Amino acid sequence: MTAVTLEVTDGVAVLTLDLPGESVNKFTPSVIEEFRALLTRIESDQAITAAVLISGKPGNFVAGADIDQFLEFRSAQDAQQASALGHAMMHRIEKGRVPVVAAVDGACLGGGLELALACSYRVAAETDKTVFALPEVQLGLIPGAGGTQRLPRRVGLQAALDMILTGKNVRAKKALKLGLIDELVHPAILRDIAIARARDLAAGRIARQQSNRHHGARELLLDDNPIGRAVVLRKARETTTKKSKGHYPALYAALDAVAAGYHAGSEEQGYAEEARLFGEMAMTPVCRELMFLFYATTALKKDPGVTGDAPPPLPVDRIAVIGSGFMGAGIAAVTVMKGIPVRFKDTEAARVAKGIGAIRDVLRDGLTKRRITRQQFEDQVGLVSGTVRYTGFGRVPLVIEAVFEDLEVKQGVLRETESVTSDAAIFATNTSTIPITQIASAARRPERVIGMHFFSPVHRMPLLEVIVTPQVAPEVVTTVVAFGRRIGKTVIVVNDAPGFFVNRILAPYVNEAGLLLDEGVAVDAIDRAMSAFGFPVGPIQLIDEVGLDIAGKSGAIMAEAFGARMRPSEALTKVLAAGRLGRKGKQGFYAYDEAGKREGVDESVYRLFSGGSARVEMPAADIQRRLSLAMVNEAARCLDEGVVRSARDGDVGAVFGIGFPPFRGGPFRHVDATGVSEVVRQLEELDARHAGGRFSPAPVLREMATKNARFYSTDGRME
Amino acid sequence: MSINEPGKRVAIVAGVRTPFAKAGTTLRSLSAIELGKLAVSELVHRSDVDPAAVDLLAFGTVIPSVLAPNIAREIALMPLFPKGLQAWSVSRACASANQAITDAADQIALGHATIAIAGGAESLSNVPILHSRGFSDALVAASKAKTLAQRVQAFSKIRAKDFIPITPAIAEPTTGETMGQSAEKMAKINGITREEQDRFAWASHHNAQVGTADARLTAEIVPVMLPPAYETAMTSDNGIRADSTLEQLAALKPVFDRRYGTVTAGNASPLTDGGAAVLLVREDTAKSLGMKPVAYIRSYAYAALDPGEQLLQAPVLAAPVALKRAGLTLKDIDLVEMHEAFAAQVLSNLRGFESREWAARAGMSEPMGAVDRDRLNVMGGSVAIGHPFGATGARITTTLMNELARRDGQFGLMTVCAAGGLGFSMVIERA
Repeated sequence: MTAVTLEVTDGVAVLTLDLPGESVNKFTPSVIEEFRALLTRIESDQAITAAVLISGKPGNFVAGADIDQFLEFRSAQDAQQASALGHAMMHRIEKGRVPVVAAVDGACLGGGLELALACSYRVAAETDKTVFALPEVQLGLIPGAGGTQRLPRRVGLQAALDMILTGKNVRAKKALKLGLIDELVHPAILRDIAIARARDLAAGRIARQQSNRHHGARELLLDDNPIGRAVVLRKARETTTKKSKGHYPALYAALDAVAAGYHAGSEEQGYAEEARLFGEMAMTPVCRELMFLFYATTALKKDPGVTGDAPPPLPVDRIAVIGSGFMGAGIAAVTVMKGIPVRFKDTEAARVAKGIGAIRDVLRDGLTKRRITRQQFEDQVGLVSGTVRYTGFGRVPLVIEAVFEDLEVKQGVLRETESVTSDAAIFATNTSTIPITQIASAARRPERVIGMHFFSPVHRMPLLEVIVTPQVAPEVVTTVVAFGRRIGKTVIVVNDAPGFFVNRILAPYVNEAGLLLDEGVAVDAIDRAMSAFGFPVGPIQLIDEVGLDIAGKSGAIMAEAFGARMRPSEALTKVLAAGRLGRKGKQGFYAYDEAGKREGVDESVYRLFSGGSARVEMPAADIQRRLSLAMVNEAARCLDEGVVRSARDGDVGAVFGIGFPPFRGGPFRHVDATGVSEVVRQLEELDARHAGGRFSPAPVLREMATKNARFYSTDGRME
Repeated sequence: MSINEPGKRVAIVAGVRTPFAKAGTTLRSLSAIELGKLAVSELVHRSDVDPAAVDLLAFGTVIPSVLAPNIAREIALMPLFPKGLQAWSVSRACASANQAITDAADQIALGHATIAIAGGAESLSNVPILHSRGFSDALVAASKAKTLAQRVQAFSKIRAKDFIPITPAIAEPTTGETMGQSAEKMAKINGITREEQDRFAWASHHNAQVGTADARLTAEIVPVMLPPAYETAMTSDNGIRADSTLEQLAALKPVFDRRYGTVTAGNASPLTDGGAAVLLVREDTAKSLGMKPVAYIRSYAYAALDPGEQLLQAPVLAAPVALKRAGLTLKDIDLVEMHEAFAAQVLSNLRGFESREWAARAGMSEPMGAVDRDRLNVMGGSVAIGHPFGATGARITTTLMNELARRDGQFGLMTVCAAGGLGFSMVIERA
């Protein structure tokens, strides 16, 4: 198997990368070996004066290192050594006898970008698929093949940090502006121009590694002198701490590596520091968990959603959305973004108009951020067709209902829909609280009824829970799962049970926060503790954001379904009874100004509690333990009861649906990291002290504790 | 090859239009292209046709956008359709949508297409304003100038009057006569009184009001969600005056001849924005796809006369020919839809239908006959509903076929008068 082919014409060697059997090029140990052999050949062949590196894969240059090999690292030394090997190869490309031109068409990521940076000249194809990024920090790593050293030299400190610390994609035009690439050409002439530039380099008509970045006042002041750079680095460190709350060590390691590039005595020392830090990061638990999430979401992308024989998904060339509220508009917006027409129905034209206004607002975001052109915006908007009648439903293969959360209303819509659609049409109901089986009981074709639980706001939240009932047809599941994926969602399939999975595990967590308030703990103490644990917002703030009415309603449903262990707290009940609705009512646990901006705890809320405003101190660790274990234990119950199909689905659901700290991997990964015996011990301790049996360990945890078992095998790889 | 060969007849399966809005009001921020897209998109959704199965799109407009002159292709490039949907635009003044429909029907009859979309749109809120000849000459010269001095010189020839912009007038280029003047002239020649005209206009509003109230008219309309706030939707035409009385109409001053004139703003059609489209499918294709045709095109005819004579009288020459081609006489016709540019024009046309002289000019030995007023424009016409030039033909086609079906009639006749002394007529048969 050869991944790199060599072709020499008139003294220019063209190296074509085309990893067999893969859709993208990746650096594997064998590819690197091949590459080194070819470099040796090129350098020793005096007839060769220059070289061009190009990809044989449409839309992809190099996607980066094959991260499977990272799982093989047993120690920081292993990883450091791998990085040093990469450095050696990049060094040869950069300084060797033969100048190398990178011809980039498509994604140029991670190690791919580091390779391009080592080349003497970079030509890129002007297409939407040509993007540049160093996404290593998203996996808890840092660039390990010279990226932290060469990128700042190429584009300046500020632009480099922006890419390295976020991992974000830079499009071709922007890359040219940054000086990241040297030329942007039509893809049809990419190869020819790259060869011509290789000749120019060989003949000395252009210098190797010529800088072409923009040096404006800002750059001169901040990038091009030691004092300015010190300011930039300090500022970046502050911002990083503010944003990551110190949970992501790779961000600091990246900053250290970049700084070393300026401060180290020699270039070699800079690369050595990068290798050392890369090795260190590869062994961190954060890296392990982020890699797990990467593998888990990648595996989910291939999961058809049913076990056993999976029928192929039905084609969905248009959909209908019923209900023009915020959810319906969000669902319609993400659908038309993918070029799929939406019939958008509500009962009154004015409501439809408002819904279309909301869809436009979501789509306009892409226009404002220049992700799409004005024409693309108009096209997307044009794919929505509003209606107040059930016309245009005859050929629709998928109808998503997002009307008011009321069983009878939803059943009515279901009956109306069935009377106007074909027998094959799927009716998906977007609900967060109503059991799908109950809604489906009104159906003539219950096997075509399924749940799609979107999270709000739909265009931002990555998760979709697909809820299956015992009657649902397998092709309905595969179709809806495939559609969810097409509109960019990470899809988990869960069984129909109160709260499904995400809201089910959220309920005891939020409830425990309420019970802490009942015990006299301060609102901000709870939120601070959980925010420090790694949740994006604390539980009380979350209640304010979601709305107390909605939280109360779903709390009541959960209490009804699960009894004493989900009995609502006095705090939430009383605050809701006082008519506080949270952010939308500009009054909740927190105070809000006229514009709706949150201002800090509304002290008057304590007067509603029996404990009054006298608050007791509780160590953050205790708060974190009670809240996190409430969620973890419920997640384990869900796995026991088959609500989620696997620990993997549960972890992905918790991270992407609730914001369970990604660096902890999810509730099941958290159990593995803590040790199941320890988790059971802590739960039993809490159970002894608290009522309702709510901390009584889930049977699966007890059973695993006796065998000292784990949810995942130790090597972190997803089967 | 015949349009009436069984199985190969041209079926009209559905028709949709936007609400019609007086120019400068509710729909003013939408271009003709956007109005056309709204109508066509709704047509596709409502009819459940597979957009990929549409073979062609023909669209009419009278005052095209200077920047996007092929409105049909712009509409066909909606992402709803594959990029390979071929499309062309037509202009036959107020019969432009009819021209689009007959073009599409011809293509189906020829066997070149089986499924077609045809219609038209106009935004009279968005007419292009032109520079004067002198000013545009200077601009062109300046763009070719190589030095600053040449550029300055190019503008030195401009006179004060060159700064006055030119707006397209609704006047005949050959005669210089405006539409209104022509209508005024026709009223005088044909002896149409002011009272007759006002009574006709009142009936138009009244019938349109009834059709709106009982939702027969609104059933043809796609609600338009109104920018920029999207707080409201427009669901019906805004020119229909439910409360207009004959007294109010009589009080209006004549516009075109203040002394002896009879044509007023009340008995003429207003400048209007709107779009409309119909779906045409070959009979056997419709059957195999399970579509339900509403009507078939039975025949049509175009005609023309000297614009300096009676500009809007050519329907009188077209209608008898269309009937003859259909093998029918007026007695076979259950419903008649006539475009109402002016009440004076409709009434002149009606007199012409009864005239031996006009019959002879149409090549007929007998006059077509008197149209039963109870079967004419039963849901009002352009005077009340409005008249977006390019769209009206598709509106009339849709209304005629739907009402024919509701009344369980068999044949419907429509006529449209158009600038340039043009006339159109079509006979449809209920499916």
